[in-house]
Amino acid sequence: MDMLKLSHVSKSFGKRQIVKDISFSVPEGTVFGFIGQNGAGKTTTMKMILGLLHMDGGDITVNETKVRYGQNETNRYIGYLPDVPEFYGFMTPKEYLMLCGTITGMSKADSAKKTEELLEMVGLSEANKRIHGFSRGMKQRLGIAQALLNSPKLLICDEPTSALDPMGRKEILEILSSVKNKTTVIFSTHILSDVERICDKIAFLHNGEIALQGTLEEVKRFRGRTGLEIEFCKPEEAEYFLSLYAGGSRKTALKVLYEKKTDQDMMEMMRILVENHILVQKMEMLEPNLEDLFMEVAGR
Amino acid sequence: MTQLMAFTKKEWMEMLRTGKFAIITVLFILFGVMNPAIAKLTPWMMETLSESLESTGLTITETKVDALTSWVQFYKNIPMALIVFLLMFSGILAVEYQKGTLINMITKGLSRWKIIISKSFVLLLLWSFGYWMCYGITYAYNEYFWDNSIAEDLGFATFCVYMLGVWLIALIMLMSTLFSTGSAAAVGTGGVFFVLYLLSMLPDLKECLPTYLIGASDLLSGTGEAGDYTTALVAAVGLSVVQLVLAVLIFNQKDVY
Repeated sequence: MDMLKLSHVSKSFGKRQIVKDISFSVPEGTVFGFIGQNGAGKTTTMKMILGLLHMDGGDITVNETKVRYGQNETNRYIGYLPDVPEFYGFMTPKEYLMLCGTITGMSKADSAKKTEELLEMVGLSEANKRIHGFSRGMKQRLGIAQALLNSPKLLICDEPTSALDPMGRKEILEILSSVKNKTTVIFSTHILSDVERICDKIAFLHNGEIALQGTLEEVKRFRGRTGLEIEFCKPEEAEYFLSLYAGGSRKTALKVLYEKKTDQDMMEMMRILVENHILVQKMEMLEPNLEDLFMEVAGR
Repeated sequence: MTQLMAFTKKEWMEMLRTGKFAIITVLFILFGVMNPAIAKLTPWMMETLSESLESTGLTITETKVDALTSWVQFYKNIPMALIVFLLMFSGILAVEYQKGTLINMITKGLSRWKIIISKSFVLLLLWSFGYWMCYGITYAYNEYFWDNSIAEDLGFATFCVYMLGVWLIALIMLMSTLFSTGSAAAVGTGGVFFVLYLLSMLPDLKECLPTYLIGASDLLSGTGEAGDYTTALVAAVGLSVVQLVLAVLIFNQKDVY
């Protein structure tokens, strides 16, 4: 079942069209990476899913219920972590989570239990001071706690790791992957290593359009393998091989790169190597990484 | 109902912990004490002034002070307290828009009308507390020094000015949903007040406008009758309700992000 479905959603601010007719769906239980440059329309899309912004056209359904602007029924399925979460500074984390619990309709006992659990999980159980004096990382962790409070079916995180130091990022990513079996997660980012670490499905958003989407493997396969690299033992052997199998380019004295080669090509090359008694240190099919894809999509 | 209670509790906690409640308390105590104090000091001030005035040819006979002098001060000063009060809370929604603190609440399913109602309720509570405390202090001093019974329709006149405050609180809530900054909300409220004040120059309209309530202090010295203010009171209540309903409707359509 699709936890989230967008069909033909569009949105403009004044004359500037931010989101242009985008459609995608997120199946239950996946971690969905929403990738794009700053200003690509990620936050706008998320705010429309939350019913915080009017859509100009299209439909969004969450857990098979249609999203309505304003009084949004579907928000009870959703936990949301804004890019810069802001809280009432005069409250302690515990008081804040209890307030959230009551508002989301949990019983007092449930709220108290869940609050304790989550504060433990995000490492804030010792923080009894008011939120006013919290660091950025602490606020981000409290943000995750409040987003998970109502055991949401869908967790939406807007750039949860962008402003954090490596330690903080690692912690947040671990928390996100640990909730994966209970919650569908959609998170936006421009940090690609985060995506490769925890995402199952991804969509590239560029200039308000989905430029590319699918599972991580599909997206990587879409562009095909980028090439085949052979590292020889001696420079003269590299030279000799190039004369036997044309089309390559010398990257270094020992390395030769062939662009866009298939598995058959690789077999053929290995045959030539064996027949001519050429030893190699390494032979590798190069996988495209998301960085390349991102640059390519963004550069178009 | 639990949502409404929880958010109202949050609002109240904010008033207490951010020191707003303390400021309001001090402000209205000061105003309350000031009225009889000024009245009490008037003869003394006149005496000190009379010497310097005599040289200019003005002679001052003995000044008589009573409870009315103190009440005149009360009605002169309370608009000032009301302005301070309104300015202090003109950002009641704007601060939340700007910081983005409402996003978590709304995405947790808090109905928007409950935000407006909670905030209005807490403001009303604070205004009632401050205003009637100020009145109580002035009343107690006046009773001690002089005699309150010479002021006619005292309770009613005070209620009229109280209702003026209620109307302005509802107005500032409406302005806070229309505008996204506190200063704009304050200017908007001041603007509407000013326009109504200008309109009250028209004799036909005068008695139907809530701004007319500010003149209820005339009743104390026996000018006019309590009944003259009924229309303005009804208008204030009616407008307050309309303004709050409008505030909810506008807030429902407002992009909060």
